Amino acid sequence: MNPVYRRRKMVNRTIMAASLLASAFGVIWLFLILLTLVTKGVPALSLDVFTERTRMSGGGLGNAILGSLIMTALATLGGTIIGIAAGTWLAEYGGRSRLANLIRFINDVLLSAPSIIIGLYIYAVVVLPMGHFSGWAGVAALMVIIIPVVIRSTEDMLLLVPNSLREAAAALGAHRWLIVLKVCYSGAKAGITTGVLLGCARISGETAPLLFTALNTNQWNFFNMGSEMPNLPMVLYQNMTINSFIPSQVALAWAGALILTAAVLILNILARVSAARTQK
Amino acid sequence: MNMRSENFTMAPRQTPKNASGITNAAAVPAKLSVNDLNFYYGDFQAIKNVSMEIPSNQVTAYIGPSGCGKSTLLRCFNRMHDLYPGLKTKGGILLDGQDINASGVDINLLRARIGMVFQKPTPFPMSVYDNIAFGVKLYERLSRRDMDERVEWALKKAALWNEVKDKLKTNGQALSGGQQQRLCIARTIAVKPEVILLDEPTSALDPISTGYIEDLIHELKTDYTIVIVTHNMQQAARVSDVTAFMYLGELIECGQTDQIFTHPEKKQTEDYITGRYG
Repeated sequence: MNPVYRRRKMVNRTIMAASLLASAFGVIWLFLILLTLVTKGVPALSLDVFTERTRMSGGGLGNAILGSLIMTALATLGGTIIGIAAGTWLAEYGGRSRLANLIRFINDVLLSAPSIIIGLYIYAVVVLPMGHFSGWAGVAALMVIIIPVVIRSTEDMLLLVPNSLREAAAALGAHRWLIVLKVCYSGAKAGITTGVLLGCARISGETAPLLFTALNTNQWNFFNMGSEMPNLPMVLYQNMTINSFIPSQVALAWAGALILTAAVLILNILARVSAARTQK
Repeated sequence: MNMRSENFTMAPRQTPKNASGITNAAAVPAKLSVNDLNFYYGDFQAIKNVSMEIPSNQVTAYIGPSGCGKSTLLRCFNRMHDLYPGLKTKGGILLDGQDINASGVDINLLRARIGMVFQKPTPFPMSVYDNIAFGVKLYERLSRRDMDERVEWALKKAALWNEVKDKLKTNGQALSGGQQQRLCIARTIAVKPEVILLDEPTSALDPISTGYIEDLIHELKTDYTIVIVTHNMQQAARVSDVTAFMYLGELIECGQTDQIFTHPEKKQTEDYITGRYG
């Protein structure tokens, strides 16, 4: 056989094997994490987990799940509105102006900022002046995290809409805002939805920013946003560390971890499905 | 025609006059008049002192090698250049005797009167029906039934109805290239413009789709004034009544199509038509 060709084949096989090993190494950990979650979480699951509030011993996670849902939903709602507005401005109006480039730079910094810093920031500007922890402060911290994600995906998706479509709509006599609203958004909506869902998945598991802002509580909190808000990530942290000597509390934390992971997984799958729909 | 024309701040139509220096021999009223037009992309002058008239209800074709300014000129007619900064027009274009660049002119109402179809098909990412309804809704409030009728009318006019009547709900971008281009023509017609600008409308299409669209151009000129830019000289010869030859931003010659193709007055025109340049 031709020696050059044989060498090429050898290199191909070696690199292929190395790549397979590398991906297997990554996937194994993911699989092990899921396995641990299921084996430790499933036995602790019961109806009480969803209906009972957290207690010093026993109890459930109902209030924490509700609190997390409320804060994540509000932060996603606010973050989506602000993020889409800002991303639209960057893509459709800001262009390459200095202001737009400055905003893009700041947004990129924010996108990679450690979430504990964001928690500290909200602690300084919201919690300290108000004098107490609150659900609003938690929502604010989560919003600061999701906004840059939505801005980025909105801008990227709008830039993928070909300029020829904007010209075609303008040639029919459409005003610019209407072109953005009807033509550009219909082209970009699946991508923007994906971005929002991924952002939502990201903030639903954030712990550090809540530590300084919403804190946590054992009580039910039905939309009393002015006081401490129970939330799942903080319960996990407390049960696994501070209450780690009580087996039932640890088991509850595993159940909570499973619920949280399932929620994030569902959001990711939804994001995939909506992204796949754009391809069509 | 409808409320659009009244809103458009223009004086009553003037009786057409044949401006001096224009080689269009036909005694047809001018829909568009170009008077000493210059156009600049920044420092680069893309159109130099062009003057000519575009006769009403006829097909006027622009031919010339790439970069000669014919598409640029076409885009001056509906002020497409206003979308981008740094582009400058000097000189006048009159639509029914009124300057389209005058300060009182509403650019969107102007574009509703002067429709445009682009080189690459540009269906919006929405259903076939909505693609056509989009433009209509900009200016008219129609009942569901009237809108259905308008959509059908436009699709029939664009010779597309039979192919899409059962898939009005499918995404316009899922049609074939030739169908997409006819959809874009239907969308332009649906707004009921007075002038239709076609910027190399068949350059991305196969011969059969091209044939459809050329037939369509013949049909449409009874109702509309048509201006077409084309790289294909046979196409210009087939579809147009008036042909204008441009070279390096200048209008070299303009006249009745059969005359341009059989007895051009200028040497440059003859060289281009017989294939001696570009």
